[in-house]
Amino acid sequence: MTGAQAVPGALLTGAAGWLFVIFAVLALGMAIAVVVARNPIHSALFLLSSFLLVACIFILQQAEFVGAVQILVYAGGIMVLFLFVIMLVHQRGVRERLTFQHQWDVALLFVLAFLLPFLYVLWTERFPDLPQNLDAFRTVRGKIAGNTQAVAWVLYRDYLLPFEVASVFLLVAMIGAVVLGKRSAEKVD
Amino acid sequence: MKVSASDWLLLSPELFLTAAGLLILSISAFFDKAKEEFLAFLTLLFVGVAIGLVAFLSGYGGRGAPIFAGMFIVDNFAIFFKLLMLVSIALTVLASIQFVGRAPYPAGDYYALLLFTGVGMLFMVSGNNLVSIYVALELMALSSYILAGYFKLEIKSTEAALKYFVLGAFSSGVLLYGLSLVYGIAGRMGLPDLAKLFESQAKSNLLLVGILLILAGLLFKIAAVPFHVWTPDVYEGSPTPVTAFFSVGPKLAAYAILARIFYVGFPKFHADWGLIIALVSAATMVFGNVAALLQTNVKRMLAYSSIAHAGYALMGVLGFRTEFGLWGILVYLLAYTFMNFGVFALVVFLETKGYAAESVADFNGLARRNMTAAVVMLVFLLSLAGIPPTAGFIGKYYLFTSAMKAGYAWLAVLAVLMSALSLFYYFRIAAAMFFSEAEGAPLKSSYALTAAVLICAAATVIVGVAPQPFVEMLRACVIKAP
Repeated sequence: MTGAQAVPGALLTGAAGWLFVIFAVLALGMAIAVVVARNPIHSALFLLSSFLLVACIFILQQAEFVGAVQILVYAGGIMVLFLFVIMLVHQRGVRERLTFQHQWDVALLFVLAFLLPFLYVLWTERFPDLPQNLDAFRTVRGKIAGNTQAVAWVLYRDYLLPFEVASVFLLVAMIGAVVLGKRSAEKVD
Repeated sequence: MKVSASDWLLLSPELFLTAAGLLILSISAFFDKAKEEFLAFLTLLFVGVAIGLVAFLSGYGGRGAPIFAGMFIVDNFAIFFKLLMLVSIALTVLASIQFVGRAPYPAGDYYALLLFTGVGMLFMVSGNNLVSIYVALELMALSSYILAGYFKLEIKSTEAALKYFVLGAFSSGVLLYGLSLVYGIAGRMGLPDLAKLFESQAKSNLLLVGILLILAGLLFKIAAVPFHVWTPDVYEGSPTPVTAFFSVGPKLAAYAILARIFYVGFPKFHADWGLIIALVSAATMVFGNVAALLQTNVKRMLAYSSIAHAGYALMGVLGFRTEFGLWGILVYLLAYTFMNFGVFALVVFLETKGYAAESVADFNGLARRNMTAAVVMLVFLLSLAGIPPTAGFIGKYYLFTSAMKAGYAWLAVLAVLMSALSLFYYFRIAAAMFFSEAEGAPLKSSYALTAAVLICAAATVIVGVAPQPFVEMLRACVIKAP
C-alpha cells in the first residue's frame, strides 16, 4: 500500500477521518486566501481562521496541549501583533495595495518546482505504522493521565536543558526589543 | 533523568557565561558612557574564566558521554570549538572597546548580547539532540540579529539587521521543516538514536528531503552558495567588530553542528549528503572568489572572500570514514579564525573616520602611516591566500589532502585554482598599502585593538611555522565515524 492511502489508522477512521479532511481542506483554503486577499485585514482574519482550524486538527489527534497552545500563542498573541502592525501602517495612509503580488509568475514557478517533487515524495513514501494504542501519549509513570501531563512530564525532565536555553532566548528577545526600540535621544548623554 | 555533580561541572562554562551575561546586563545601568570601558574588561575577564573552565574540562575524565537525558555532550570535538569560539568572543571585545566607546550607544547591552551569543554557540556545539541544537542555534541567531543592528542610527546597520533577520528566520523555517520531517519518520530526536534507527531501515525519499532541508538551513548559517546572498550586505552594514565576529564565531558553531549532525546522526546516508556538500563547496569557492574580484569596498570584498573560504572549509566535512575524517576542517578552522578575524580587526583600525566607508583606497600608503599595521595586514592576506609559512597554508594543505583522500580530487584541483585566483584581490590591498601615496597623518591604534590584532598575527605565524603540535592535538578532537 502506498503512502497516500495510509492515513494513520486508529486516529482518523470514520467520522474523525471526515472531520480531518474537512479541517485540512479548510485550513489550506484559508492559507491560500491569506496570500491572495487584497485587504490586509482580510488576510489577518483568514490567517486567524487557518490557525484555529489547525488547532482543531491537533485536538482531533488528541493532542490537546498543542491545540491549546496553538490557540493561545498563535490565534491569541501573534495575531494581536499582526493587527497592531496593520493598525499602525493604516494610520499612515497605506491602503489596499497589491504590495506583495507583482511576482505571480516567478512565485508560481518556484512553488511548483518545490511542490511537485514534494508531492511525488509524499505519494511514494511508505510511512511507518503509527502506534495503534494512543494511551502511549497519555501515560505518565504507568498510569493513564492526559496528553498535557505527558507533555509536561517529557518537557520538564528529558527536555529540561533546551527548555532552559529557551528561557535565555526569550530574555535576549526582550533585551533586543528594548535596545532597538528605545528612543536614541534619551541615552546620548 | 538523573543529574549528577559531574554533569553540572560539564555544564559549568555555559552556566557561568549565562550568569556573566546577566550580571553585565544588570550592572550596566550604573555605568555612564565615560566609565563603560570597565564593563568591557569585566566581560573579558568572564570570557577568560570561561576559557579556563573549558580548558579544565579538556582534562576531565567524565567527559565524552551524553548528559541531561542525551541532550548535551562534552567531547574533545566540542571542547576544541568552545575554546576557539570563546577566544573569538574575547578578540571581539578587544576590537570593540574603542569602536563602541566612541558611538552613542550603551556598551553594557552590547557586551551582554555578545555573551549570550556565546552561550548559544557553546550549547550548540555540545548539542546531541536535534531539539537542543535547534534551540541553541536560535539563541545564537537572535543575539546576532540584534548585534547587527546595534548601531541603530546608521541606516546601513539597520538594513543589515533587517536583512539578516528576515533571511535568517526563513532559513530557520527551512531547517525546522527538515527537523520535523526527520522526527515524523523516526519518532526520536537524539543523534545517536537516529543513526541506530536508520541503520536497520531502508532508505526513504521523505527522509532524504528532510536531510536536504536540514543541510540547507545550516548552509545558510555558514553562507555557502546558493544561501549566501545575505552575507555582503550584512557584513558591510554591521558594526565592523560585529562583522569580524560574524565571520568567525557563528560560522564555527555552524560548521561544528553541521559535522556533528551528519557524522553522528546520518552516517548511513553519507553518499547522498557527501555529494551535495561537494557540489555546494565547488559552487561556493568559485562564486565567492569571482565575486570578490569585482569588489571595491573592502568589507564586501572580505565578505565574498569569507564565502569563498566557506567553500574550502566544506571540503573538510567530506572525509567521512577516511583516516582524515574531520581533521582537515579542524586544522583549517583554527587558522581561519585568527586570520579572518585579524583582517577584519584591521578594517576596524582604519575605520576611525566614518562608519562604513572602507574602499580599497583607504588602504593607500598604509605602510607609511603605520608600518606595523601594514606588515601585519600583509601576513593576514598571505595567510588567507594560503601562502607558506602561514597558518592559512597549513589549513588549506590539510583540507585539500582531506578532499583527495575522500576521492574528490577534482574538488581539490578546483580549490587550488581558486586559491590562485584569490591572490589577485588580496594583493590589490597589499599593493595599495605598500606602493600607493599616503593620504592623511600617521595612524595610532588603541591598545586593546592592537592586542587583538597582534594575538591574531602571532597565532597565524606560530601555527604556520610550527604546526606540528597543534595538528597533532587536533587529531584527538575529531568525531569518529561509526
